[in-house]
Amino acid sequence: MRKPLLAITFLITIACVVYSCQNAGQLQQDVYYVNGRDLYIRHCQNCHGANGEGLALLAPPLTDTTSLKDNKSKIACFIKNGISDTTMIIAGKKYDGKMPDFNFANIDIAQLVVYITNTFGNKQGMYSPEQVAKDLKNCQ
Amino acid sequence: MNIKHTLLFALTLLLFSACSEQPKLPILGPREAIEIKNPDGSTSTDTLYKTISAFSFLNQDSTLLTNDTFKDKIYIADFFFTSCSSICPTMHRHMKEIFDQYKDNDQVMFLSHTIDYKYDKPSVLKKYATKLGVDGKQWQFAYGSKDSIYKIAEKDYLVAVIEDSAEKENYVHQGWLVLIDKHKRLRGSYEGTDEKSVAQLKKDIAILLDEKEETK
Repeated sequence: MRKPLLAITFLITIACVVYSCQNAGQLQQDVYYVNGRDLYIRHCQNCHGANGEGLALLAPPLTDTTSLKDNKSKIACFIKNGISDTTMIIAGKKYDGKMPDFNFANIDIAQLVVYITNTFGNKQGMYSPEQVAKDLKNCQ
Repeated sequence: MNIKHTLLFALTLLLFSACSEQPKLPILGPREAIEIKNPDGSTSTDTLYKTISAFSFLNQDSTLLTNDTFKDKIYIADFFFTSCSSICPTMHRHMKEIFDQYKDNDQVMFLSHTIDYKYDKPSVLKKYATKLGVDGKQWQFAYGSKDSIYKIAEKDYLVAVIEDSAEKENYVHQGWLVLIDKHKRLRGSYEGTDEKSVAQLKKDIAILLDEKEETK
């Protein structure tokens, strides 16, 4: 009676260890996601909405997966430098308003982008501070 | 025995129904007692409530906006500026919800004053309104001199607005949505960025609309 129980416990422990090893990357992404969500609520939600729905034609939605994918390398620049004198077509609608600049550290930008690109129906995975540094060099 | 019970039940019912009086919104702001003359020559005391003073602004269509625009309407007033990215978008997201709910109700209006007298000219307000999805006369956007807007904010609507060049966006203001009745009196002030407060405003608009006209 005792032996099978022990064996099962052992097996579960092994499974957990293996599972957590495989998901170290996923774990890091989750941490980024949660921190990014805090940043989003504090700095972005007032315009872009609690569900990324945007605000009429004043602020574009973040739910358009295609736009977000196409512009992924530019998102860091948008956050860091803001947007002005630019017209964007998102989900078939024209947006030409201004977005303020947020002087965030690269790590904050990375966390914010991980959140935005993995919620509201998006699923783009990890985005690292190193990638932020790279993308920021190419800002127009 | 049975009759006694029925009687008791009826009495209780009567007691409860007596309590279910229509809820009434308070009248806000300072007030004073005034003496009024009755038709028969005697005098009695009445209360003079705070009301919104006469104003004259330009709206998003560059036409004149005065108290008469809001005659016999209840309206919701606030102070904002178009380039504000902090509290204004949330305030107007909520106000737009209420606007959509009362669209085409000719008893309800909306009045947003800009505090950015330098940049928010009527044409800028028009562009903003259009982008917000607001058309027609029900939601008015007011543009006026710094003095007139800041004074009416502070003295009449009891909303603090400050021009502060040390701020990133130049202006500091409170996000109150102020509910005004048909007699230009303040009946409620709601935090336009707070979900719960806005829900209360929605309830209070319905109460105010149901309010019976006092016989004067």
